Amino acid sequence: MSVPPPTGSAPLAVEVAGVSRTFGRRRAVDGVDLVLHPGDCLALFGPNGAGKTTLLRIIAGLLRPTSGAVHVGGRSLRDDAAARAHVGLISHQSMLYRALTARENVEFAARLYGLRDARAAATRALERMRVLDRADTPVRALSRGLQQRVSIARAIVHEPSVVLLDEPYTGLDAAGGAALTDMLHGLRAAGASLVLVTHNIDEGLDVATRAAIMLGGRIARTDARTDVDARRYFADYRAMVLSA
Amino acid sequence: MSDARVPGTLGAAWLVARKDLAIEFRTRTAFLSALVFAVLALSIFYFTWDESIVTAADRAPGVLWVVLTFSALLGLQRSFSIEEHDRGIDALLVAPISRESVYLGKAIGNLLFLCAIQVVAIPALALFYNLPLGRGMLLVCGIVFLAMLGIVAVGTLFSAMAVNTRLAELLLPMLSLPFFVPILINAAQATTRVLAGAPAETIWPWLKILIAFDIVFVVACTLAFPFTLEE
Repeated sequence: MSVPPPTGSAPLAVEVAGVSRTFGRRRAVDGVDLVLHPGDCLALFGPNGAGKTTLLRIIAGLLRPTSGAVHVGGRSLRDDAAARAHVGLISHQSMLYRALTARENVEFAARLYGLRDARAAATRALERMRVLDRADTPVRALSRGLQQRVSIARAIVHEPSVVLLDEPYTGLDAAGGAALTDMLHGLRAAGASLVLVTHNIDEGLDVATRAAIMLGGRIARTDARTDVDARRYFADYRAMVLSA
Repeated sequence: MSDARVPGTLGAAWLVARKDLAIEFRTRTAFLSALVFAVLALSIFYFTWDESIVTAADRAPGVLWVVLTFSALLGLQRSFSIEEHDRGIDALLVAPISRESVYLGKAIGNLLFLCAIQVVAIPALALFYNLPLGRGMLLVCGIVFLAMLGIVAVGTLFSAMAVNTRLAELLLPMLSLPFFVPILINAAQATTRVLAGAPAETIWPWLKILIAFDIVFVVACTLAFPFTLEE
């Protein structure tokens, strides 16, 4: 089953066509089709081992699909370095350097993306994630939640138009979670496309325009957010996972 | 992203190298361990050889290359391990920079790191083995730099390959040392002749081969690096 494109004629932000990925004999992602337009947010739910993270890493260009193709803004992220300038990745691993301060980490990312005033951009991103007061603290001295905030600031410092999020709420307290949700709403309103991988149905549906459930490497179900009642969706999700 | 100009290969490489050096400057773990190893090894070699059989000047080239090779391995070991801890490498790979610039950045960082070790190790060698300071030592520094270039080119590539394995600390020397051999043979031969005061025309052939290996290793390893990142 695939995630169909929403109605409208806006250009495609993310296009995943027939993507599969095997590790040895195990098929982690199995023939996934997915289309996102600017401003879309796809919440991708699924149990552990369903292939969500693998799919996200393929979209980000970190993994080569065994078959199929991924295009972001019509370009391949693996083969076109410049195309990666429009993508931000938030993973459950912080992707930060512990010996550097929060500001140095974000500023380093800003420089890699070629931002002219990297320091100002880093300050804005840290402020957006409400962690500016700890900007000059080494990452190793920050709590897991604060590290996650810095990690998110690093991922959005270049104001990407496609944001890939893998369990971004992990470790965040209520304030951090609220800052992240605000930021995701802001990114969507600005026309960014989001793919949000999460186990938390409520958090996912809060920002999503579409929801999909992944099981055994395949997209097993997809819905428009407007057609979904959170409580019923959770019950359906649980039933699907238990019967899988 | 409107006000952005993505750095070119060398610009991005320098950013990566600067970041690695900043991390090393903060932690100093690899630098101190490589430095302590170098000085300890120099002194052990000095006290365990019989001066009446082999003179200090004859021993010095061999000791120098043993010490430099293994202190280089200590530095190379950490090159990609700092990327693995919280998957910092993923942030580099999703950034709009080429894979080659990541490799070159790592290699430049490693080269500067090893140069910093040599700043202490070479004078220590001269002190222990009573080597004459002057033009000869300057030539030795030049040879060391050329050899380090080749060692860093190969070692950085294998460091990236080995880091994801369970036996990374064992695998890096096992993979790298056979490729270090042609570099070390030429560097050791050139060093021996320099310290013996041999004429330049007997040194130059060894240096030419060393430079050729450097060029081959730097080009081949830069081109091969993107394939080591495939999962």
